[in-house]
Amino acid sequence: MIGGVAWSTVGELVLRHLYLAGLPLLLGLLISLPLGWLATRYRWLAPPMIAGTGLLYTIPSLALFILLPLLLGTRVLDDANVLVAMTLYTIALLTRTVADGLGSVPGATRQAATAMGYGELRRTLVVDLPLAVPVITAGLRVAAVSNVSIVSVAALIGVSQLGQLFTEGFNRNDMGPILVGIGACVALALVLDAGIAALSRVLTPWLRAGAAR
Amino acid sequence: MIRFEGVTKRYADGVTAVDDLSLEVPQGGITVFVGPSGCGKTTSLRMINRMVEPTEGRILINDQDVAARKPAQLRRSIGYVIQHAGLFPHRTVLKNVMTVPRLIGWDQARARSAAMEAIEKVGLTADQAERYPAQLSGGQQQRVGVARALASDPEVVLMDEPFSAVDPLVRMDLQAEVRRLQRELGITVVLVTHDIDEAIGLGDHVAVLRQGGRLAQLATPGELLREPADDFVASFVGKDRGYRKLGFTGADLDPAPEQTVRLGEDVPTGRGWVLAVGEGGEPLGWVDRHTSGGPVGEDELHRMGSLAEVGDSARVFLDAALSAPSRRGVVVQDGRVIGTVSAQQVVDSLERT
Repeated sequence: MIGGVAWSTVGELVLRHLYLAGLPLLLGLLISLPLGWLATRYRWLAPPMIAGTGLLYTIPSLALFILLPLLLGTRVLDDANVLVAMTLYTIALLTRTVADGLGSVPGATRQAATAMGYGELRRTLVVDLPLAVPVITAGLRVAAVSNVSIVSVAALIGVSQLGQLFTEGFNRNDMGPILVGIGACVALALVLDAGIAALSRVLTPWLRAGAAR
Repeated sequence: MIRFEGVTKRYADGVTAVDDLSLEVPQGGITVFVGPSGCGKTTSLRMINRMVEPTEGRILINDQDVAARKPAQLRRSIGYVIQHAGLFPHRTVLKNVMTVPRLIGWDQARARSAAMEAIEKVGLTADQAERYPAQLSGGQQQRVGVARALASDPEVVLMDEPFSAVDPLVRMDLQAEVRRLQRELGITVVLVTHDIDEAIGLGDHVAVLRQGGRLAQLATPGELLREPADDFVASFVGKDRGYRKLGFTGADLDPAPEQTVRLGEDVPTGRGWVLAVGEGGEPLGWVDRHTSGGPVGEDELHRMGSLAEVGDSARVFLDAALSAPSRRGVVVQDGRVIGTVSAQQVVDSLERT
């Protein structure tokens, strides 16, 4: 027991929380990649695309959790509502990041790739994207922490995860579960953040090669 | 051979970058496109590998219209060296150079050995091949850029201001390197520069383009200096073209015999300068007989000035004469002193031609 909550319950809720915040992170990234690419490929598309996706972030999460069942035809307690909502928030944060990342590739490098005979898609995948990794993972870290925080609101519509400890603590007028919930959320956010940072390092060995001549 | 036939590039905003350009880039050798900014030299270069599409006219490589080939495939068959090297920062030098061999479908082993060969050709080591571009100096990066363009043995290599971002000393090295590689491999190099000295020093043929993308003159450097087609070319080539022309003028000279002394030997009596040579007859420096007596020591040697090799241009001979403290330019053959020439002799030989 910790703070009046069984360890097994904490573990269960952490896994649920990780699932509801983490899976949308991956889905959002997969969707943001082509959107961000479109924004860099077609200049005129960038302002509406980035402003449009950015606006998604301003929709209050509670409203989205309640509205989505109506739009998707899902049941109110369905995890899908939360997953879709969190994916939208991820897209809101990452589309600009992906566009910025792809846009950060030096012009000379891009031109050289074209002149070597890379087709556009192949160049994007093997030249532009690897070089955009540092920028994209920086955005991903923000999105990960943001997701962990926002998803706890889903407790209000009865979808279980660490946020449930907040509603429980509030209802029982007991600080114990609330503190445990906060601690677990912070820990989860830190683990995700560190994980993505480590992944970024693995994917960018050339940045650490040192400038020895 | 690359042929431009009435090639025009007009942009949507009405700017004409290249205007009815017709010229032939001869097979083999270095052809330089040179001109002030806005003369369309880079645009012309990029139309060869279809990085830019012409509005009118066509470009043929070995009598085949480039427009008939798929852009990506065409580009893989043509080497390309870009300003600032444009290396892939996330790939090692070796992987950078392997790019085109891999794109044209060579297997890993073949691409790797071709890349290593190209890396050695441009004077880089196997150790450097494993580094990332950021770990190399600017000059070394540009060498990698050249190696990358050569790795798949293309017949044609395009170079877009390849040396403009490196310092003058490194630039001279790289120019010599490109010259050597071109001779060695027999490839056709088309090089763009805004620097007329580079064009004249490096090109076998020089195409001078004027503002608005029109060809002003296509000639050998010597012709360009001797007979500029018009005022524009004359002024672009520069005001000291008479002097620079010497670089393309042979010197018909008989070097005069020169008394030499080996290190450790006694300085012969007399006046003025005497030339010290090494065991193999290689020139070492000048000794001033006013300040020297007894055996010649290394600390008594004065700097030598430049050397002229038999067959060099009049410019080299003149420089050898003017840069020697004795005013006698040392002429060598296979590294051994065969005599000296005076500036007067060089000038006299010019009067005769």
